[in-house]
Amino acid sequence: MNLPATRPNHDFLIDRESMSAWGLLRLREQLEKGLPLTPRPYQTLAERTGLTEEQVMEAIHRWQHQGLIKRLGLVVRHRTLGYQANAMIVWNVPDDQVAELGQALASVPFITLCYQRPRRLPEWPYNLFCMIHGINRDRVLQQLNSLMDQHQLRDVAHAILFSNKAYLQRGGRYVSND
Amino acid sequence: MRLDAADRQLIDRYQRHLPVCERPYQEMARELGLTEDEVIARLSRLQENQVLSRVGPVFEHSRAGASLLAAVAAPENQMDLVAARINRAPGVNHNYAREHAYNLWFVMTAPDEETLDERLDELEHQLQLPMLRLPMIEGYHIDLGFDIDWEALP
Repeated sequence: MNLPATRPNHDFLIDRESMSAWGLLRLREQLEKGLPLTPRPYQTLAERTGLTEEQVMEAIHRWQHQGLIKRLGLVVRHRTLGYQANAMIVWNVPDDQVAELGQALASVPFITLCYQRPRRLPEWPYNLFCMIHGINRDRVLQQLNSLMDQHQLRDVAHAILFSNKAYLQRGGRYVSND
Repeated sequence: MRLDAADRQLIDRYQRHLPVCERPYQEMARELGLTEDEVIARLSRLQENQVLSRVGPVFEHSRAGASLLAAVAAPENQMDLVAARINRAPGVNHNYAREHAYNLWFVMTAPDEETLDERLDELEHQLQLPMLRLPMIEGYHIDLGFDIDWEALP
């Protein structure tokens, strides 16, 4: 239904390496907003970007393969589902231990994000960040407690920053302007 | 928000590996024993109800462009105002209130580092608040596609 009545079959002429850079940029822009909920979403994207459906699918495959696209699927708003207690826990870890600890924390099932960021002294002494998308505050504090026991973190300076409100939450807009 | 079994299955099965083929929703429908129309209707409703922010790709931000986590300490009685100003700045995609002296935390993105710095400078100037700028040095785990613990949800 999204197909034009007659579609000249020029696909065999398309040089895959010369997929228009402009078309690919527009595709990136469109994808940042999400996949259309039409029966043929890649065809819809093709119509919006001047690429063919086949080129759209190929570009997405390539980006997945290259790791530019990390995952393709349903992007959940956890807060709506009932994950009401989001806690960012920040630690001040000696620099020579941060990688090891970061990797250890990354494998804890309830830790959803874990990364190293710079300290900004004197006002910000913390260099390791991890996030718990929790259901309620008590549960998060229990999880944190067990974490500190398991990874000998009792004496490591830290702060727990619960989030009580999301003012804005959406996907990254790297190439689009709005 | 309560979701029925089919909604949950959709989420459980397709936070990743959404098919890339001509009729992806038909393919998903086949997998879950639904119809294509039903899958599309459910996804639309889940989006409208803010259960999903979108269907689509999550880009690896370190390859997608420049981004940075920033924070400001807004006066308690001006939080909403400052937050609204932050939301209006170009490239901001997350903005949370957090319980700390630095009480507003946001992520700003841009096509490149230079544009990112300009945007941050501009916003800092507008807000008249010192801004904590915390670029990522190393990511150990960044994946919000974790399994939903339906049993534990209220």
